[in-house]
Amino acid sequence: MSKQINVALIGNPNTGKTSVFNALTGLNQKVGNYPGITVEKKEGICKLPRGVKAHIIDLPGTYSLNASSLDENLVIELLLNKNDKDFPDVAVVVSDVENLKRNLLLFTQIKDLEIPTILVINMADRMAYKGISLDIACLENELKTKIALVSTRKNQGIEKLRELISDYRKLSVEPCLNASEIDPEYFNSLREAFPNQLLYKLWLVITQDVNFGDIQRQESDTLEDFKTKTKIDLKRLQQKETIKRYQFINNTLKKGQTIDLSTAKDLRIRFDRILTHKVWGYLIFFFILLLIFQAIYDWSAIPMDFIDSTFASLSEWSKQTLPQGQFTNLIAEGIIPGLGGIVIFIPQIAFLFLFIAVLEESGYMSRVVFLMDRIMRRFGLSGKSVVPLMSGTACAIPAIMATRNIESWKERLITILVTPFTTCSARLPVYLIIIALVIPEGRFLGLISYQALTLMLLYLIGFGAALGSAYLLHKTLNIKSRSFFVVEMPNYKLPLFKNVLITVVEKTKAFVFGAGKIILAISIVLWFLASYGPGEHFNNAENIVTEQYATENLTEEELQQHIASYKLEHSYIGITGQAIEPLIQPLGYDWKIGIAIVSSFAAREVFVGTLATIYSVGSDEEETIKNRMAGEVNPVLGTPLFNFASGISLMLFYAFAMQCMSTLAIVKRETNSWKWPILQLVTMSSFAYLVALAAFQILK
Amino acid sequence: MEITLANLKRGQKGIIKDVSSLHIPLKLLEMGCLPGNAVELVQVAPFADPMYLNINGSHLAIRKETAVHILINIAHE
Repeated sequence: MSKQINVALIGNPNTGKTSVFNALTGLNQKVGNYPGITVEKKEGICKLPRGVKAHIIDLPGTYSLNASSLDENLVIELLLNKNDKDFPDVAVVVSDVENLKRNLLLFTQIKDLEIPTILVINMADRMAYKGISLDIACLENELKTKIALVSTRKNQGIEKLRELISDYRKLSVEPCLNASEIDPEYFNSLREAFPNQLLYKLWLVITQDVNFGDIQRQESDTLEDFKTKTKIDLKRLQQKETIKRYQFINNTLKKGQTIDLSTAKDLRIRFDRILTHKVWGYLIFFFILLLIFQAIYDWSAIPMDFIDSTFASLSEWSKQTLPQGQFTNLIAEGIIPGLGGIVIFIPQIAFLFLFIAVLEESGYMSRVVFLMDRIMRRFGLSGKSVVPLMSGTACAIPAIMATRNIESWKERLITILVTPFTTCSARLPVYLIIIALVIPEGRFLGLISYQALTLMLLYLIGFGAALGSAYLLHKTLNIKSRSFFVVEMPNYKLPLFKNVLITVVEKTKAFVFGAGKIILAISIVLWFLASYGPGEHFNNAENIVTEQYATENLTEEELQQHIASYKLEHSYIGITGQAIEPLIQPLGYDWKIGIAIVSSFAAREVFVGTLATIYSVGSDEEETIKNRMAGEVNPVLGTPLFNFASGISLMLFYAFAMQCMSTLAIVKRETNSWKWPILQLVTMSSFAYLVALAAFQILK
Repeated sequence: MEITLANLKRGQKGIIKDVSSLHIPLKLLEMGCLPGNAVELVQVAPFADPMYLNINGSHLAIRKETAVHILINIAHE
């Protein structure tokens, strides 16, 4: 039996920490969540020399052990809790050779915790380019550690790192500097009160007074007595501590690092003259956005059509091959269309995450944050809100999780609250089918098709609603929060294909399995509700309908259709739909649309699937959903059910309504309160109802 | 000449003289914004806000409202 070594990968953002993780674990990794919170937990297994295995955790990127966000807090939580099953036997601190000075700050802090620590100096391939040379032996001596000089791009140094990890017992656990010198008196009394505790650990627990959410902190009760210093005093001490650490680092680097500036090149500044320029910067960003939308709509249409037709024929095939019966019907009419409704989103989600991953990996995203901050601030948002709002066009769930790096709580909260307005890919199938039904073909001024124009307007409406409501929240929310805004402008890098691929696969998987479960479950429930009903009307439908049309000399086929629709009307779902019909009639909808709306409160994409289920229940024909929808008649007005007025009304309803349980669940978790998701649900949905009502009444 | 960081012109360099620990987040200090370190204004967004700085070799952007709490000495006119 070989023991597994617990390894924690720690490092500043933009040091290539994840590349090191990928290089160590390959595809042998899994992404989950930390219990109770939605911080992504990446872990993997790495084979070490001599048959030893290492369990590696990729901890969220952090600049120091003084946490200012939930993600960063997690790093301290783990490092302070020896009882955690993931508590590292050895910490691997990843640093970037170009930013060694800043990256070493975190390293010295972790050394103070007396955990065996290995230093990885990554991006070694850039040394010659930057005129940097290192005296590794000298640095190892000064920092009391072992160093692995790694280049993930050139695949160098990973073997050495594996060796070092497997030999972790030989590492020194001595801190590299004595941070308690900043206030000897205070620290001495602390040491006397807690003789068995690590001094630096106590200091961290005392100073970490930020909002940690619902996470329990240990040993805090006993330490309460020691919070004799005011916040300002503590902060001064922290500043002193930081200066002290930098003094040590500067001295160390003076001995172990030489930089020949005459051979150093800096492409970053040259690129940034253009990419962050007042005019060119915005133009380039605008073109990148156009490219992304083009990819999401145009390029993904081909695989989406393919998926659509594949599932349609699969459903048909299973109906014909499997033995007849309710079980076959469940598969062909409930499960397969339900699965199709999930799989069809994969191309779009994958494209969006591909672009976002490339933009993040290359370092460009920080420039967007820089360019947009001033504009977004007018609406009470931050430059960092741009990333969530862009991701929101794929799915609000990862978008809301991407708000974590926004420092100001107010700006972050507003971003979380308004992100669901952006047109997520789940709205797209609803828009597409209704646009095809109610918007005429033909081109505006002979150029852009009316249908494409409508879709574009819907996107603009989504962003407009997000910004508008952000402005309102900004003016009304009375939250005092200091808005810090610090964003690192990392060096531009060519994205590593492997990293991008892994991100795209992981995010897409998370979406498919997360949202997919709900969609599939709802599809099955809907099928049951549509296939069974109470009482005489449903169970005796055949006799009732046959009698009713006895005089009308119908063909067998026509009769079967009448029976099917009579059954549906009296099924459980039909009864539900009819019960809410009075509420939605003023919007121009009938009870079938009503059912689709009700079921899409779980998730919007269920709309088309529901209509597909409703219309395909009891029919063997290959008529497409669209044709069936076009043939529906409004029971009150006698006009086609899906006309211009009701179509616009329906699209506006979907644009504004909060119809996604998964999003509400994420908002609850991220804000740690039911207040905000309920606010979203109530205000967004009632606003949607009013707008849809007004639209139908004006246009009809 | 002693000015606040917010008054620095594009391309100008200076040495940080004092930071008001009350108004400056610890994170910024940890990224190298400490007395004695060199600072250069690399680029500004429209309305000179936010400011893109090179502090002690760290490239980062901060808002003007933060920059006014950092005192610097301009290297030379």
